[in-house]
Amino acid sequence: MASEGQTSTEYIQHHLQNLAYGKLEAGYTRADGSVVTQDTWTIAHSAQEAADMGFWAIHLDTLGWSIALALILGFVFRKAIAGANTGTPKGVQSFVELIVDFVNGTVTDIFHHKNRVIAPMALTIFTWVFMMNLMDLIPVDWLPQVAAAAAGDPHFYFKVVPTTDPNATMGMALTVFALMVFYSITQKGFIGFIKELTMHPFAPPTKGAAIVLAPLMIAINFILETVSLIAKPISLGLRLFGNMYAGEMIFILIALMFGAGALMAGMGFFLQMGWAIFHILVITLQAFVFMVLTIVYMAMAHDVEEH
Amino acid sequence: MNINLTLIGQSVTFIAFIWFCMKFVWPALISVMEEREKKIADGLEAADRADKDLELAQKKAGETLTEAKQQAAEIIEQANKRANQIVDEAKDQARAEGDRLKVAAQAEIEQEANRAKEELRAKVATLALAGAEKVLGNTIDANAHNDLVDKLAAEL
Repeated sequence: MASEGQTSTEYIQHHLQNLAYGKLEAGYTRADGSVVTQDTWTIAHSAQEAADMGFWAIHLDTLGWSIALALILGFVFRKAIAGANTGTPKGVQSFVELIVDFVNGTVTDIFHHKNRVIAPMALTIFTWVFMMNLMDLIPVDWLPQVAAAAAGDPHFYFKVVPTTDPNATMGMALTVFALMVFYSITQKGFIGFIKELTMHPFAPPTKGAAIVLAPLMIAINFILETVSLIAKPISLGLRLFGNMYAGEMIFILIALMFGAGALMAGMGFFLQMGWAIFHILVITLQAFVFMVLTIVYMAMAHDVEEH
Repeated sequence: MNINLTLIGQSVTFIAFIWFCMKFVWPALISVMEEREKKIADGLEAADRADKDLELAQKKAGETLTEAKQQAAEIIEQANKRANQIVDEAKDQARAEGDRLKVAAQAEIEQEANRAKEELRAKVATLALAGAEKVLGNTIDANAHNDLVDKLAAEL
């Protein structure tokens, strides 16, 4: 349970708030009642402040943890590369090779074109998303309490699971989307890409009296295809975010039980354990789904459909 | 849950990490793994080949053994034949030698017998003369009766 004098609602809200760093404009009244005299870059002390910072703010915890996890993975990979030889693989190298082999198998199953970016990207997504999801298994209060103690502020916001921040998941999904559009255009040409958006799923009539209907068909096709194209990155990013956010929420709710008497705490213990065990599956599955969908989208961007 | 600059920060980190994996991790590990795969495949193939070689060698060894046995049998047969031949030759030689010796012995016996006859004849002549002298009571002129005596001796 969080610090004394906090209601359950406050506890939950506190846990769901990122550590935002952004600019507060002059004349802004802060959460504690003080007024900002000039434009200041600072850490938000309330959800309202964070919201008022607008787009030009960053979540230090999300970015910090995702970069830290990327660095950890980078070191593990470096170790595997350093020990890489054609002899019998051992320890870390063996484990990394197992993952690489798994990713390689998945990519070669789905993606049948020549592209040296796809497989490393799939590896990055699988390992990195898994690591970010894995942070969810650390008890919800540990790292925030440590951070609060280190910062000397009991209300210090600290969200340790980057994938429960839509910025993180959408950041990745939009990057995938950008690559998708990029490869669609480079593989099929700009005209080919436009054709793909306008000539499917209904082929417009090309001769006869029905030709007057062609613009209408193209318009319908364009709307349908654009929606389905835009839906891809949004569903990709929000699926991961939704799953992890919900999982995190359950952990927070279970954590609340520990402050509600011995009986509830006992139940909380078993619930926490059960949910954590189940969550091992969820985090791996979500990392895998994100990877597979990315590969599928990339394959779709490369496939020239014949109609 | 505000959408803000974190979105772009995360994208940049993502791209940087992809670049790192693409540049360093993936090629290094994949090349090593492919090489190892090839090595293992080669090893298995070599084992297969060795198996085949062994089988072949065993077959060849069997053939050689059979051939050797056959040859040995042939040699023994030849040796036996040769031995028989030698024995036969020795027998023939022995027989011939025996015959020769027998002939020589017979010749010698005959010679001896003849000589004994001659001797006997000479002695008979003398004895006959001495006997006749005793019968007649006087001396017989050996020269006068030589013809008679010789005839007598020849009849013996």
